[in-house]
Amino acid sequence: MADEPSAWNESWEEDSDWSETGAIKKANQVDDWLAIDRDGTVTVFSGKIDSGTGVQTALAQIVAEELDVPIERVQMVMGDTARTPDEGITAGSTTIRLGGFALRHASAEARRALLEMASHRLDAALDELVVRDGVISVSHPPAQTITFAELMGGKRFNRAITLQAPLKRPEEYRIVGQPVPRLDLPRKFVGAPSFVHDVRVPGMLHARVVRPPSSGAELVSIDETSVQDARVVRLGNFIGVVAEREEQAMRATKQLKVEWRETVRWPEMEELHAFIRRQPTSDDTVREEGKVESALRKATARVKASYHQPFQAHASIGPSCAVADVHADRAVIWCSTRGVYPLRDELANLLQMRPEEIQVIYAEGAGSYGHNGSDDVAADAAVLSHAVGMPVRVQWGREEEFAWEPFAPAMEMEVHGGLDKQGNVIALAYDVWTPPHIAGAQLLAGQLISGQPPKPPEWFGGGDRNAPTNYNIPNQRVKVHWLSGLPLRTSSMRSLGGAANTFANESFMDELAAAAKIDPLEFRLRHLVDLRAIEVVKNAAEHAGWGTPLPSGEGRGIAFAQYENEATYVATVAQVRVDTTSGEVHVKRIVVAHDCGLIINPDGLRNQIEGNVIQSTSRALKEQVTWDDSHITSLDWESYPILKFSEVPDVEIVLINHPDQPAVGAGEPATVTTAAAIANAIFAASGARVRQIPFTPKRVKA
Amino acid sequence: MASELTITVNGKQHRVEATSDTPLLYVLRNELGLNSPQFGCGSETCGACTVLLGAKAVKSCKLPVSEAAVGAITTLEGLSTAEELHPVQRAFIEEQATQCGYCGNGMIMTTAALLSKNPHPTDEQIRQALDDNLCRCGAHLRIIRAVKRAAELFEKEGA
Repeated sequence: MADEPSAWNESWEEDSDWSETGAIKKANQVDDWLAIDRDGTVTVFSGKIDSGTGVQTALAQIVAEELDVPIERVQMVMGDTARTPDEGITAGSTTIRLGGFALRHASAEARRALLEMASHRLDAALDELVVRDGVISVSHPPAQTITFAELMGGKRFNRAITLQAPLKRPEEYRIVGQPVPRLDLPRKFVGAPSFVHDVRVPGMLHARVVRPPSSGAELVSIDETSVQDARVVRLGNFIGVVAEREEQAMRATKQLKVEWRETVRWPEMEELHAFIRRQPTSDDTVREEGKVESALRKATARVKASYHQPFQAHASIGPSCAVADVHADRAVIWCSTRGVYPLRDELANLLQMRPEEIQVIYAEGAGSYGHNGSDDVAADAAVLSHAVGMPVRVQWGREEEFAWEPFAPAMEMEVHGGLDKQGNVIALAYDVWTPPHIAGAQLLAGQLISGQPPKPPEWFGGGDRNAPTNYNIPNQRVKVHWLSGLPLRTSSMRSLGGAANTFANESFMDELAAAAKIDPLEFRLRHLVDLRAIEVVKNAAEHAGWGTPLPSGEGRGIAFAQYENEATYVATVAQVRVDTTSGEVHVKRIVVAHDCGLIINPDGLRNQIEGNVIQSTSRALKEQVTWDDSHITSLDWESYPILKFSEVPDVEIVLINHPDQPAVGAGEPATVTTAAAIANAIFAASGARVRQIPFTPKRVKA
Repeated sequence: MASELTITVNGKQHRVEATSDTPLLYVLRNELGLNSPQFGCGSETCGACTVLLGAKAVKSCKLPVSEAAVGAITTLEGLSTAEELHPVQRAFIEEQATQCGYCGNGMIMTTAALLSKNPHPTDEQIRQALDDNLCRCGAHLRIIRAVKRAAELFEKEGA
């Protein structure tokens, strides 16, 4: 059965952190992934983390299914360098695809081992045994049964994962595919310790970091006698205050007399687009088909447009927090990093310790949606605990989070397209200017202590995500102009460049449709060949009532993408009302059709899609980081507003399940299509074409 | 210097060690060891730190503990008993009404206050009541459904 093609067997790049077998090669024993205790509890060790998405429940379902135990018996341990395998960073909607693959095979191997043990103990052939809910029975009289716990007797499996153990077929699934309630919610809803913010260690002190006024500022003088009730730690430009009580540490940050020399001037906000286009770049043609230039020349109509993506903040509701207990030869750090092993290596460098001496334990933060301040605060706590020799808790403030977290990068997109006289797109030239979206080692504490700027990026990626489209266009060229960085600190945020690129591509498809005088839905369908793509587009349109009349001042817009051009298919229809006098946009309703292959947990999936839609609506309508000459000025919820209850649209979701297709992830895809769907709906409602995020009333009116 | 204040939290009296200007949040979390009121903004704009003062939902991140000493404080921990969850908590679990859950405390406490005053809120009234509670994950629609379910549970159980 193992070599039958199934939903999980698709091969991706071999031998990397991003291949399905990568983690199993590093941790090839069943015992690396799960243990069965004497009481029958199945403890699962996952190197992935659950950042509040509910993915731990989906992983538990996969284990329960493949091992044949009730889900109530599964306990998840996630992200602990002392206990879980190294599965790199949790990112890119890959936890189910990669983390689920590893656990599925480990569980299947464990089940086979248990069957072999039972065959021996019950003196029955393997094919005479049946497994149900952690109990193995002989299928014929005399009735004999034995439980997993009895078979294991508290021992280990001592067995390698062969990838050959029989896997269940999707039609046999009883737990995968069910809307199993989230394992973590009851705890969170009664106030049981649930977050890194709730970690308490005996003797723990409270600390805050005293931040410079702007990045790159140098310390001129400090008066350590200006604070009471707190100890000042100074290492280069890194300054911390450590106190017995949290309010003392907070007070000390205000009292401490520090003088800084600022060294950095940023480009004017209004100049940002021109600034980005002026920077030196290394260019990468990621797609070239046919002859774009000559096709553009031959086109009967040509369209050209530029689109602008601002810096945006992860804006986690709970500012970053960590607890560290660092001794000379042993350190434990509780934090909400997305990669316990990569962070451990960075902390080893920073603390001048060996990685084996450091234990990094994942404790949930508030939802993070990418690389926010979680790693930085872990380093702050580690450095301060190291300095004072006591366990230390560091809690970032709201303004600190908004000022210092790495932002989603600003990007510039320019598109040229050409139509033939039937209104078909015959040429498309796409250019995007972007820095890499995943920053390497760049812990703030390390930069402040050493006085060194972050290392230049080693990996250029992320900004090209969904720069190419899935449309059938004979002549196309997609070029990525990589900047080595931007003045503001940036890193990964949900969908990386996928959101900005899809905003540009799908707004542009609408502009081409308008130039061709063809309905935007019909126009897209003309250029799609993949049946699953057509299926989501048609489903979204039909469910939204595409083409049916709307009140005046309202309009519908559609957008489609296949995430990363090879994963989840998503189509979004937005319905908006535009007040043409004020320019205000009210998004009334959003319909999403979503196909991510096999669905593990339909309710968890709906929750992810709803979240993606509402957050990306917020990003499209309201969100941009603002600054003056060298200071972030969007420092609170008034200056960085997000969508509120009174503004949230109705969201309707059409789930398309393909149990025979790989489960390819849902953490990000429904983010990418929202902005274009809204922009296209604004155009339909008012004739205004907005090409710059966020869609402020001023921009809609202009 | 200790404030010599006493506050009543979840039916029990506690001597406060913090100075009287210390925001209630830090006393609840660090002196009483409660987990539910969370720090979110420190400026009463996000609602993660919401508790009940009497029957009213208040934000605890700026409120000086001395001002909170005037009434009975209830936190999420105090809504349920060991035997039974509060209908609002049950409704939130039944509707799976969160993603990360960090804002959940504020949503549940604000809902409890809303329903004690208005047992049958309309969608519009729910959105209005929760408008100063921010959710970044986008669980809003589930939360609205949970509030309605909580109202039904109250009615059914005559709570």
